[in-house]
Amino acid sequence: MTEGRAPTDLSVTLAGVRLPGPLVLASGILGTHASLMARVARAGAGAVTAKSVGPHPRPGHPNPTCVDFGAGLLNAIGLAGPGAEAEVELLIETRAALRPMGVALIASVFADTADGFGRVTETVCRAEPDLVEINISCPNVASEMGEPFAASCPAAAAATAAARRASTVPVVVKLAPNVPDVGEIARAVVDAGADAICAINTMPGMLIDPESGQPVLANRSGGVSGAALLPIALNAVHRVAQVVDVPIIGTGGVACGEDVVAMLSAGATAVGVGSAVYREGPEAFERIDRELRDWLDARGTTIDAVRGRAHRRPVWPEPASVPPVPRHGAG
Amino acid sequence: MTGGADRARGGETGGEPPRGPWRVGDRPAGSTGRLRRAVGLPRAARVLSTQTENGRTRSLVLGLRLGAEPGQFAMAWLPGLDEKPFSLAGDDPVVLTVAAVGPFSRAVCALRPGDTLWLRGPLGRGFEPAGTSHLLVGGGYGAAPLHFLAWRLADRGDRVTAVIGARTADDLLLVDALEATGAEVVVTTEDGSRGLTGLVTDAVGPMLAVDPPDTLYACGPHGMLAALEAMAAAAGVTAQLSWEAYMRCGVGLCGSCEHRGLLLCADGPVLRGGERAT
Repeated sequence: MTEGRAPTDLSVTLAGVRLPGPLVLASGILGTHASLMARVARAGAGAVTAKSVGPHPRPGHPNPTCVDFGAGLLNAIGLAGPGAEAEVELLIETRAALRPMGVALIASVFADTADGFGRVTETVCRAEPDLVEINISCPNVASEMGEPFAASCPAAAAATAAARRASTVPVVVKLAPNVPDVGEIARAVVDAGADAICAINTMPGMLIDPESGQPVLANRSGGVSGAALLPIALNAVHRVAQVVDVPIIGTGGVACGEDVVAMLSAGATAVGVGSAVYREGPEAFERIDRELRDWLDARGTTIDAVRGRAHRRPVWPEPASVPPVPRHGAG
Repeated sequence: MTGGADRARGGETGGEPPRGPWRVGDRPAGSTGRLRRAVGLPRAARVLSTQTENGRTRSLVLGLRLGAEPGQFAMAWLPGLDEKPFSLAGDDPVVLTVAAVGPFSRAVCALRPGDTLWLRGPLGRGFEPAGTSHLLVGGGYGAAPLHFLAWRLADRGDRVTAVIGARTADDLLLVDALEATGAEVVVTTEDGSRGLTGLVTDAVGPMLAVDPPDTLYACGPHGMLAALEAMAAAAGVTAQLSWEAYMRCGVGLCGSCEHRGLLLCADGPVLRGGERAT
């Protein structure tokens, strides 16, 4: 097909950081071990986002923590993790594995106060990630953390400002979809110093087992991801792109090359992939990358050309020589 | 799976196959690897019968078939309590062999015929029978999936030898059940209370030297598996090892069950000898 020709360059630049491809491993998927993140990088991700860590180690929720409901996944892992301090070593190891491949590492942090966001950001920056993602939006932790920040402009701005002050690298702020206007939150965090935005995190949801009448997840509520989230994510990315100019990692339900094109068209600079790993493993990245590549090659176009098209109405040719249609009723 | 999702799968009405994990059928449309089965929500299953295996282990027969391969597992759920992985000791009907070591497993062991246990499965990659002479090696709770495997191999009419080991005779598991499949069973106990005195590796070593099988299948503690892996490699015998893991999501997403760069809930629990992430 393209023998003898160099493969299409799919690199993108995200807040000054070069990614060899537009696909970004979303936080929470496989991001617990350097070996797994390296596997995703080898499969074609341009960046990988580590599992989100907070000020302290967390055991996470009991099982069930993640179920497939047919149109997507519902999860409430509970932000399980070793805490930011212990995470530094994992990030250093991951960084070393990714560096030879030119794949970027995005550290991810959460906290329960604005100052806390500053502290965890400072901690993970010791590992010299390429970007830090501020997770103000995880829905899976009661009302402890994440919820108030993502839904409130002042709170989101305060967390962002603290992280921006503490960070030695560009800051990505991850937004929640369950707000009246995600564009408003985007505006607030960009004004507070966000270098990029990740839209969106999961949507709160619940599944109930009919036999027992009980919620399926141990945490009862969880986050919806996968195909069911795609229209919500596209809508959010489109809105954020209308309101701010910073690059956007468009995330939510992307499972194939055409979904990537849709996200780019909505205004995304890079495209997050998470739940698509379900059933296929990291090789989902290979498939999606190849589908994107084939789509662009077949049309002789580029990522830059498709980006943002959803904000520009198509122009259809004027039929110059067609006579006007008689007005209805004209005799 | 919900009906809505099925209707959303346009590929079933013809035309181009849809892509992505919720929009592909069972054939991976253009994917490079195997597409694992979608597992869906927990299914309620009736406990048909129970049997005490030893001091703290019971087997439960459930009114469900999962279409599983030996070596695969299921996530068992009691609403409001917990959900944990259990290796399948049989399928059609499902058999789980459960050791009462914590609050959840104790609750499962307390279930009686007529009670309900919810299952998600089959999960993971199981054993793949290869060759015609087979050596099954189980330590501790590892005997359960080997029991399932032994039945499959018996159906093929192959030659099966099983080495089952434990610390002491009371801890041995499923020895009679394995013999019932037609396998030749050798027992080892560390304290000599039954069978050969020593570890399973003490029995396996001479077997690999004198009469090596086509394939060695093992399930048990990591130390035992590592030793068997090395012994099989030295003897030029293909090995398939089922590694125990702390599992969280169980469906290949969270990364908690990582081992050698692989996910034991999805790439495993059965790995080939020496297998690691490429």
